[in-house]
Amino acid sequence: MASIITQPAALPPAPARSGLRDLWRTLRRSPMGLAGLAMLSIVLGLAVFAPLAAPYDPYKPVRARIDTIYAAPSRAHPLGTDDGGKDVLSALIYGARVSLFVGFVAALITLVVGSAIGLVAGYYGGRVGGLLMRLTDVFLVIPDLPLYVVLVAILGPSIWNIILALGIFGWTGTTRLVYAQTLAVKERLFVTRARAIGAPSGYIIRRHIFPMVLPIILAQNALVISAAILAESALSFLGLGDPTLISWGAMLNLAFSRGAISVGAWWAILPPGLGIVWVVLSWTLLGHVIEEVVNPRLAEHHLMPERVKS
Amino acid sequence: MKRSAYILKRLGWAIFTIVFVATLNFFLFRVLPGDPSKSGIRDPRLTAEIQAAIRTSFGLDKPLVINTQGNPFDSQFFIYMGNLARGNLGVSFNFKRPVAELLRERLANTVLLLTAGQLLAIVLGLALGVLAAWRRGTRADSGALVFGLVTWSLPTFFLGMILLIVGSSRFGLPVGGIRTAGKTFPTEAARLLDIGRHLILPTITLTIIYLGEYLLIMRSSLLEVLGEDYILTAKAKGLTHGRILRDHALKNAMLPVVTIIALTLGYTVAGAIQVETVFSWPGLGSAVFEAVGRRDYPMLQGAFLLLAVSVVLANLLADLLYTYLDPRVKAA
Repeated sequence: MASIITQPAALPPAPARSGLRDLWRTLRRSPMGLAGLAMLSIVLGLAVFAPLAAPYDPYKPVRARIDTIYAAPSRAHPLGTDDGGKDVLSALIYGARVSLFVGFVAALITLVVGSAIGLVAGYYGGRVGGLLMRLTDVFLVIPDLPLYVVLVAILGPSIWNIILALGIFGWTGTTRLVYAQTLAVKERLFVTRARAIGAPSGYIIRRHIFPMVLPIILAQNALVISAAILAESALSFLGLGDPTLISWGAMLNLAFSRGAISVGAWWAILPPGLGIVWVVLSWTLLGHVIEEVVNPRLAEHHLMPERVKS
Repeated sequence: MKRSAYILKRLGWAIFTIVFVATLNFFLFRVLPGDPSKSGIRDPRLTAEIQAAIRTSFGLDKPLVINTQGNPFDSQFFIYMGNLARGNLGVSFNFKRPVAELLRERLANTVLLLTAGQLLAIVLGLALGVLAAWRRGTRADSGALVFGLVTWSLPTFFLGMILLIVGSSRFGLPVGGIRTAGKTFPTEAARLLDIGRHLILPTITLTIIYLGEYLLIMRSSLLEVLGEDYILTAKAKGLTHGRILRDHALKNAMLPVVTIIALTLGYTVAGAIQVETVFSWPGLGSAVFEAVGRRDYPMLQGAFLLLAVSVVLANLLADLLYTYLDPRVKAA
């Protein structure tokens, strides 16, 4: 879900090194950026210290009794219990680990693959570049969730197969962005100069092009992570999650398929759902703020009400 | 570029993409570990006769891609492509009926659901996006922006579940399906009204999910255009803001918006799988879900292909629409 906020158009490249510093400065000053950072830190903390934060170990089997299934929130279970009589709060806290892990690793693969293809296609251009971008266009129109569903259904539902599917087929948006940006950067004077004095292509890409493209890769990164987390939750909800792990999507799958709706057990539905929204929103907010830094042209325009202009 | 040349180019591109998707579909189900075509055909749900029939019609005892003994095209791959061209997608393990027949019934339901949701989302999203961009920096803008970001972060199936609970308990709306089971209707209007009632909740879900996305796209596209120098020129000429927005800004801002909406159509299919699963809507999306649960590989393969092809066709449609919107394509 690449092109939703950041458009795949050539953007005015931000200056290389100060780009990252600007980013941090803006992030600190923007309420949305701060909110995103704070929300993310909380989840990250809970995920890392899950054994300390969670009142129970959700991976330990419990013997469910009729009165412990979908038990309403109580002092012993602040968010009630699920269909197996387990503590929802503990599962919620441990579930953060799966979401964050899948998001990070899948985004890492996506970014490496996507940036590499975009850089190579943009810098070398010509027939190879054209071919790579045509390939990207083909993959761009293949609907992603059905493809993930097919892949995971065939390969088997494990967390690594999910990450593999998300990583290998999620790169198209990144590729298009990096490609457009590389095209814009490579015509700039300092690149031409570097080429004129005989700098090798690999060196130019590494030292001149990549740093200029980095801010946009970062903005894209935040969006790729949020898309990966959403996709993982959807897969788990459809019953294709890793059966050995407790994830938010899987919690919702169980709640949905085992009658939480008909017994009115909102505590088995709202917490994992809001957990997903919380994490995805934190990344989306960060991505949005980074995009405003990368693309400052969006900040003001000629028809704005006068009083709000800075 | 001449319009006819442009259209031909896009048409060729769409055909190429469809062939690519069909090829990918073939190899996904045959080369990946697990090989459902071999193990799947020994499915205990199928009688020996049906298994034999599938084996002959899909040439499963033939070589995979190129037949080196004899006719090179006498292979599984080319037989599969030939079958596809004739609309033969195999036999569902679960229903023991042709997949193409089963999917045809469901396609119409998905199209109905997606059209309703998408139309609402596009109209509302673009309107709010224009408002937000025009009033950049005001409270209306921040409100629209936050709304867009939050709805973008909502998992479709979660929103669907919430609306299902609220809609069925508070407003007495049906909990799922496309029509009230076992009920007979005196008139055609009553029957359509019943379908309409079943359509309400899934449509609201899809509208909310995609509304934010279209809002954000419209907003940033219009912001980009409004920063251009020709807007300043128009302002200097003394035109009213409303006139500039309508005649100068919107026309140019719409071009990338149409392209991006076409590209995001693929994701609306993702929404269909989730919404149809939550609301038991008998469409292609729930076909995917059921096929996964029942290890019905021919059904899964067929549904995936049909979904992918519909996205390609929707893209083609957007390309053709583009020829009317962009004067550079229109003028020869």
